[in-house]
Amino acid sequence: MLAMDATGADAGRGGLTTADGKPLKQALATAQSRARRRALLLVLPLLAFIVITFVVPIGQLLFRSVYNDGFSANMPQISAWFRETEPGTEPDEAAYAALAADLAAAAEARSVGVVGTRVNYEMSGTRSLFTAAGRKAGDLKPPFREALLELNGTWGDPQLWGVMRSVSSAYSANFYLAALDLARDANGDIVRAPEGRRIYGMLFLRTLWLSALITGLCLILAYPVAHLLATLPLAKSNLLMILVLLPFWTSLLVRTTSWMVLLQEQGVVNNTMVALGLIGEDGRIQMMYNRTGTIIAMTHILLPFMILPLYSVMRPINPGYVRAARSLGATSWTAFRRVYLPQTLPGIGAGALLVFILAVGYYITPALVGGASGQLISNLIAYHMQDSLNWSLAAALAALLLAGVLILYWLYDRLIGIDKLKLG
Amino acid sequence: MNASRPDSTPDAAFVEFDRVQKSYDGETLVVKDLNLTIARGEFLTMLGPSGSGKTTCLMMLAGFETATHGEIRLAGRPINQVPPHKRGIGMVFQNYALFPHMSVGENLAFPLEVRGMRRAERAAKVARALDMVQMGAFANRRPAQLSGGQQQRIALARALVFDPELVLMDEPLGALDKQLREHMQFEIKALHDRLGITVVYVTHDQGEALTMSDRIAVFNDGRIQQLAPPAELYERPKNSFVAQFIGENNKLPGIIEAFDDKKALVRLATGEVIDATPVNIRARGQQTLVSIRPERVEFKPEMMPPGVHRIAADVLEVVYMGDIFRTRMRVAGSEDFVMKCRNTIGQRRLTPGERIEIAWHPEDARALDPM
Ligand SMILES: Nc1ncnc2c1ncn2[C@@H]1O[C@H](COP(=O)(O)OP(=O)(O)OP(=O)(O)O)[C@@H](O)[C@H]1O
Ligand SMILES: [Mg+2]
Repeated sequence: MLAMDATGADAGRGGLTTADGKPLKQALATAQSRARRRALLLVLPLLAFIVITFVVPIGQLLFRSVYNDGFSANMPQISAWFRETEPGTEPDEAAYAALAADLAAAAEARSVGVVGTRVNYEMSGTRSLFTAAGRKAGDLKPPFREALLELNGTWGDPQLWGVMRSVSSAYSANFYLAALDLARDANGDIVRAPEGRRIYGMLFLRTLWLSALITGLCLILAYPVAHLLATLPLAKSNLLMILVLLPFWTSLLVRTTSWMVLLQEQGVVNNTMVALGLIGEDGRIQMMYNRTGTIIAMTHILLPFMILPLYSVMRPINPGYVRAARSLGATSWTAFRRVYLPQTLPGIGAGALLVFILAVGYYITPALVGGASGQLISNLIAYHMQDSLNWSLAAALAALLLAGVLILYWLYDRLIGIDKLKLG
Repeated sequence: MNASRPDSTPDAAFVEFDRVQKSYDGETLVVKDLNLTIARGEFLTMLGPSGSGKTTCLMMLAGFETATHGEIRLAGRPINQVPPHKRGIGMVFQNYALFPHMSVGENLAFPLEVRGMRRAERAAKVARALDMVQMGAFANRRPAQLSGGQQQRIALARALVFDPELVLMDEPLGALDKQLREHMQFEIKALHDRLGITVVYVTHDQGEALTMSDRIAVFNDGRIQQLAPPAELYERPKNSFVAQFIGENNKLPGIIEAFDDKKALVRLATGEVIDATPVNIRARGQQTLVSIRPERVEFKPEMMPPGVHRIAADVLEVVYMGDIFRTRMRVAGSEDFVMKCRNTIGQRRLTPGERIEIAWHPEDARALDPM
C-alpha cells in the first residue's frame, strides 16, 4: 500500500514511503527479491551449461594461443640465463653449461621431445637436433660450448639462440605472428615470414572470398524460393518447407558424399553429359576435389540458413504493398525494387550474416570435397590440432577467425543495426 | 486539384462493366453478369454482405484480377489488357498499405517519382496533397508513427496526389472507430465534391453508403440487386434482399388477395388483411413478404390515412432510446414487429401488455417476392 503524502513531505528526502513508513524502493526490492531468487535458480543450470560448454573452452583457446610452456617448463636453467641477460647477448660458457644440464635433465625426464617440438614450431628442422643432443647430454664434459658444437654445429647458430630466447618465456605472441605470416628474426624484430611459408594470409583471404561467394550464391538461390514459400497458401508452403528442411534431417556426411557421387569425374553429372554428347570422353569436367566442389557443396548445405530468415521476413509482408505500388503507377520491377526488396532487407542481412559466419568456419565439406585448392582456414586449424599438434598455433588461428567474425558482427550492427536482425 | 477536364460531359459513361463475369476456380462464379455504368464525377458505392464480390469487382477495375468474361471500359477504352500501373487509377486499401520503410512524404512522392516528375514539382505537389488532408506537419513521420485516422488521410492523399480521375476505395474506414469514421466520411465526400473525381467506394456499412453516395449498387451473391440513389433504395427497395439489407425492416409473410398497379391486399398468416404496394407481384395467390419500415408504422388514429386496413398489435416491450421510443409488438403472429415513435412533446407512452391498433400508408408497405 502506498501512502502518498498529500503534503509531499517525502519529496525533500527524495522518495515515497509505504503505509508503514519503509522507503518505497527498499520495500519494492524486498518484495521482488524472492521472485528474483527463484528466477535465478531456474536459469542456473543453463548458466552453468553455457559457462562449461562455451566460456571455458573459448577462454582456454585464447589462453593457449598466447601460452606454451613446452620449453620453459622443461629447460629451467637456460630459461633463467635468458631472463638475466639482454636480448642479443653472445651465449657464454655459463649458457652452454646451463643448456647441457637442462638437456640432460630433460632427456632423463623423457621430455626433450616436447622441447624440440616447441623450438621446431619457430625454426623447422630443429626437433632432431634436440633429441639427438638429449641422448648424448649425459656424457658431455666441459667446456660445454665446444662439446655441443662438436655434436652439431647448429648449436652455435645465432638464429637458434634467438629462437630459444623467444620461447624461454611461456607467454608469447609468436603464434599470432605465425598465424599472420610474420616471424621474429635473430634480434627479436618482427619481419615477414619467408616467401614459401606465407600460407595463412592467403588462406584467410581465400576463406573470406569463398565465404562471400557462397553467401552471394545462397542469396540468389534462396530469394525466389523464400518468396515462393511466402506467397503460396499455407498448406502448400508447409509441404515445400519440409523439403527445404529435409537436408537438416540428413547427415552432413551423407549430403557431402552424395555430391561426390554426383560431381566426380566418373560421376553422374559427367556421365550424363558424356552420354548426351555435350562433352567428349576426355573433356570430363573436374568439379570435385577442388574449389568448385567446395563452392557447390557448401552452397547447397548452407542454403536453408538463408531461406529460413528470408521466409520469416517475407511471410508477413502484405501483398497489398506491391499492389498499392502498382496502382500508384510502378511497373512490377519498380514495385519489387522500391517496395518489396527494402522490406526484406532484415532477412537478407540476417541470412547473409548467418551463412557467411557458418561458411567462414566450415570444416567437413571442404575437407572432403575441397582437394588442395578448396581448403579453408578451418582445415588448417584442424591440421594443427590433429597432425602437427601445434595447438597454440591452431588456437591463434581460431582466435583470429573469431575476431574477424566479431568485427563483422560489429560492422553489421553499425551499418544495419543488430535489432533489425530477424532470424525466424 | 484538377477540376477542369477537357472532355467532361457530365453524364458520359466513364466506367463501364459490360456483362462481366469472374470465377477464381473455374467452378463457381463469384461475379455473375455485372452490368454497371458509372458517370464521370459520380460517387458510386458498392454495398453488400461479406463475400458478395465487391472487392473482386474493384480488383478487376484496378487491374489486379482479370475478368473471366465480358469487358471493362474506362473512358470508352477497353482496359482488360491494360496492366494496373498504366490505368492511372488511384486506390485506397482497407489496411492503407502505406509503405512502412518510407516516410509519409516519400510515400506521397512515390507515384510522382515513378511518373518521372522532377523533384521540385514533386515536393510542391506532395505539400499540396498533405495540406488537402490537413497533414502538412507530418511529412517526415513514418506511417507506424501515425494513428489510424492519420494513416487513413495519408492513404487518401497518396491515392489523389497524381490527379487520377478515378479513385477506388475498398472499405477505407473499416478500421476506424465510429466517431472518426463519421468525420472521415464527411471529409472524403467534401474532397469528392471539390476535386470532381469519380469515386467507386466499397463498404458493408449501410449508413456510410447512404450518407456518402450518389448511387448505391447493392451486391448479393455476385449480382447487383438494385442500383439506385440512397433515398430510393431505402424507400423503394426492389426486392426483399434489399429491403432487409438496408435499414431496419418489419417483415410479414402473406398471400396476395388482390392487386392492381398501385395497391395490393395481402392476407397474413393469421387471416388479417393489410394494404401494401405491390413490387414484383405477378399473380393473385402468390406468396409475398410485406416489408414496412419501423418509423412508418402509426398507432394514433388521427395520423392514420383514411380507409386503410388496421391491424391489432400487442405491445411487448418499450425501449427508451433518447430521441425515439422503440416499441416491440406482436403483430399477426410475428413477435418482433418494431415501431419507432419520435420522442416529441405530448407523445403518448405505450406500456407493455397494452393492446393497440396500428396501420400505415400503403406506399410504405411493400409487398415483395419472398426470397
Ligand atoms: N483470390 C481468390 N481466390 C479464390 N477465391 C476468392 C479470391 N478472392 C475472393 N474469393 C472469393 O470470391 C468471393 C467474393 O469475394 P470478395 O472479396 O469479392 O468479397 P467482398 O464482397 O469484398 O467481401 P468482404 O465484404 O468480406 O470484403 C468470396 O466467396 C471469396 O471467397
Ligand atoms: Mg472485400
